[in-house]
Amino acid sequence: MRQAKTLSAHPARRVSWMNRDRAIALLMITPSALAIAVFVYGFIGWTAYISMTDWRGLAMSTSFVGFDNYLTIFSTTRFQTNIRNLIVFTVFFLASCLVIGLLLAVLVDSRIRVEGFFRSVYIFPMALSFIVTGVVWQWLFAPGNWPNDPTGINLLFKQSGLGFLQAAWTTDTNVTPGWRIEGLRTRIGIPMAMIPVVVAAVWQMSGFVMAMYLAGLRGIPEEIKEAARVDGATEWQVFRSITLPMLQPITLSAVIILGHISLKIFDLIITMTGGAPGNNTEVPGLYMYEITFKANKFAEGAAVAMVMLVVVALLVVPYLIYNRRAEVER
Amino acid sequence: MFTTKWLKLFGLFSILALVLAACGGAPATTQPTAAPAQPTTAPAPAGSGKLEIFSWWTNAGEADGLNAMFDIYKQQNPGVEIVNATVAGGAGTNAKTVLKTRLQGGQPPDSWQVHAGKELTAYVDAGQMMPLTQFFKEQGFDKVMPPKLLEQITYNGEIWSVPVNIHRSNVLWYNIKIFQENGLTPPKTVDDFFKVAEALQAKGIIPLAVGGKDRFETPHLFESVLLAVFGPEDYAKLFQPGADWSDPRVREAAEIAKRMLEYSNSDRSSLGWADAAQLVLDGKAAMTIMGDWAHGYFIGKGAKVGVDYGYAPAPGNEGVFMWLSDSFGLAKGAPNPEQAKAWLALCGSREGQDAFNPKKGSIPARTDADVSLYDEYLQYSIKAFGSEQLAPSVVHGAAAPEAYMTEYGNALNVFASDLDVDAVVEALKDAAKDLK
Repeated sequence: MRQAKTLSAHPARRVSWMNRDRAIALLMITPSALAIAVFVYGFIGWTAYISMTDWRGLAMSTSFVGFDNYLTIFSTTRFQTNIRNLIVFTVFFLASCLVIGLLLAVLVDSRIRVEGFFRSVYIFPMALSFIVTGVVWQWLFAPGNWPNDPTGINLLFKQSGLGFLQAAWTTDTNVTPGWRIEGLRTRIGIPMAMIPVVVAAVWQMSGFVMAMYLAGLRGIPEEIKEAARVDGATEWQVFRSITLPMLQPITLSAVIILGHISLKIFDLIITMTGGAPGNNTEVPGLYMYEITFKANKFAEGAAVAMVMLVVVALLVVPYLIYNRRAEVER
Repeated sequence: MFTTKWLKLFGLFSILALVLAACGGAPATTQPTAAPAQPTTAPAPAGSGKLEIFSWWTNAGEADGLNAMFDIYKQQNPGVEIVNATVAGGAGTNAKTVLKTRLQGGQPPDSWQVHAGKELTAYVDAGQMMPLTQFFKEQGFDKVMPPKLLEQITYNGEIWSVPVNIHRSNVLWYNIKIFQENGLTPPKTVDDFFKVAEALQAKGIIPLAVGGKDRFETPHLFESVLLAVFGPEDYAKLFQPGADWSDPRVREAAEIAKRMLEYSNSDRSSLGWADAAQLVLDGKAAMTIMGDWAHGYFIGKGAKVGVDYGYAPAPGNEGVFMWLSDSFGLAKGAPNPEQAKAWLALCGSREGQDAFNPKKGSIPARTDADVSLYDEYLQYSIKAFGSEQLAPSVVHGAAAPEAYMTEYGNALNVFASDLDVDAVVEALKDAAKDLK
């Protein structure tokens, strides 16, 4: 930094700040910068604008209505349910992925014999698309006419004498505990049909978290652990006080990556449940698609898109700021 | 060095020229339309050029039907190249998304598939379709299609699309063996239905198979219940702008639907309509209420009508034919309007409809079809279409605009899950503000 300042402050150098290298670099960056400016930020701005118009129907309308569309969507039972589902999904998905991912990483890291094999086995689901995962798990979790004539997992349970484990899975219409709160049009609780969806998502993504933690575990110098052991720390104490704190940056990255997948989830849910039963597994992504392209309510669809953008930004922006600070410190 | 540079430049320009030419659309058809169009016969050949048809017909039967129509078109208009722009996906969900994007971008296909009736009003309101009332008169379609049908597809005083086929939505499909073994007859009224359902449940058979995965099954069931409770006249009024949904009969219909769902399989939301039909075929369930595409499904599974499965109007729907129709319209600013008109003439002609419908498993919208081309069920359906009262289907785009269909559909899907009569009555009242 300081050096750069003195350079540019130098009168003889100021003229040639645009030297050959820089010109080429700028030339290389310009196309992608322009493309991103137009096709990403330009269209975010456009969506924000559309969300404040009264555009309904296929003919575009640009009369400004302020935040009316936001008020409209937030006052519907459906969108409130969507938000509830999104929170439930995100919390369960993140927590399960982190715990299972860490567990798998520790297991794989414990110098087992065919480590490479297990590593691949656990990461493999990530190679699939959510669409495939959704379709397969939808078959598995279809309950059939249980308990007597079940399908999928229920059938497996019945065949193996564990019939009492049969459940309604994706067709469970309960919301537990299903509190009603004054002013809210949806019931607060965990939609039980969401559990199988979380299971499928965790099945797919926990291997990825394992890979991240594994890299983190490998990055912890053995000497520190050794020193602790010499001082008489138990293995658990070593794990609690050395390994876990040193994995914190990994956890943060994992939360960001999984979090933005989770908040924008669409493909898994549309193939696995389509939002059913009722709207019990529907998330804003599905709602946005339906009111935009089926109901032709483009302005309201744009409002849902903006809400999703803000929610993801709430997660990502603090991380970017944190990262930037860390970089400056370095 | 120099030569390669120039070559590259030349190449670039030629590509640019090609792109521009492609954007410019098909060359204008300079030849004047020969002779005034003769009504009721095949229209004058559209000469040369291109024709782009947009549809979601990609499955076996329907794609065969479409191709059969293309073959006739090619004979009539040998110079025209047909561009078949299909996007797969049931009920056209994906296709409509693509179509809307193209229309927004000002790149319409010449003619696109759309459900006849209120579903196309969104395109009309946006000024994306051309009125065809005059065309109907020229071609004589107005004389061979039922007046009630023409009335129900008229919007803003004009007809906007040519119906190619008619499907019936309010059909009760039942497993004949189950009914025979238990000495039952298919229920004619709603009360009959509950008697039959009670008897079947006592035997451990699921009385009514209902799906839910495709998100239209319960809304579909409910429209036939509405029709049973309201009758065809009042039913049709329910979907007019400003309709009164606080009518106590709405609640009555919801109560009936609730009881029906209680007699159905509990895993509704994990089954598609075809899975529900399969339950009937497998003898696990006795009945299902579904459109007559279920007939195509049963045939595809090797079942025989009259032996394995039977058909009857949905309970309380006797004498009323709830219709839906696939149709083609004319795009405003169509790149090839002459070719498109020749296509629409074929779509509405007896020849075209009789080529398409036996393959698709639907009946013609014209009442003068060659009945011998159709199977037993379709012959029954043709007869019913010509003689019974007509009611438009709401779930399949005939009765109400898309914005309303979405709200109606969601209200009923939530109902399928929580069976909350108060909530669905409220939600339907709410949804009515999207009627226009």
